[in-house]
Amino acid sequence: MNTADSIAAKLAVLSPLHLDILNESHMHAGPATESHFKLVVVSAEFDGKRPVARHQRVYQLLAEELTGPVHALALHLYSPQEWQDATVPPSPQCQGGH
Amino acid sequence: MDIMQVIKDQIESNDILLYMKGSPNQPMCGFSARTVQAVMDCGQKFAYVDVLSNPDVRTNLPVYANWPTFPQLWVNGELVGGCDIVTEMHAKGELKPLLEQAVSA
Repeated sequence: MNTADSIAAKLAVLSPLHLDILNESHMHAGPATESHFKLVVVSAEFDGKRPVARHQRVYQLLAEELTGPVHALALHLYSPQEWQDATVPPSPQCQGGH
Repeated sequence: MDIMQVIKDQIESNDILLYMKGSPNQPMCGFSARTVQAVMDCGQKFAYVDVLSNPDVRTNLPVYANWPTFPQLWVNGELVGGCDIVTEMHAKGELKPLLEQAVSA
């Protein structure tokens, strides 16, 4: 199973109404091809939760990936209501550090 | 000193503290660059730690913070978030008042 598939499998517990998993590793330095990901997740579970708590929930679910191949994870986490008028910002380009 | 104590001291003794890769003038990662720009836009003095030149902090802060990646913005001893949260708060106009309040507290 590739990294994107295992991320999708672990996030299934959030019952996402919308889930995007973008592999952005090509935008960054280094040889890894599964290092940088951007996730867009819409889940009712995020409703009423502060941003830090939402991110920590996802980090907890993906702890294995984050100690393994995944080096950077951009998270855009929305409740269903917020998602109705959300615009997801683009990720930054690499600046050389690792 | 124990590294966890060093981290605790850094977080407790700086009202606004950014853990980042590189320095504000020369960020070494696009996520750090974007975050430090948002913080600088708010016009308050802030402290920073370059985790690339402090490997002990880089290894241990994620455990301390329950937050696996950098940058990390800490305000008045609390984790505000990383790049996505900080830039989103800045876009909504929420970051400036938070930082202003932090230094006057």
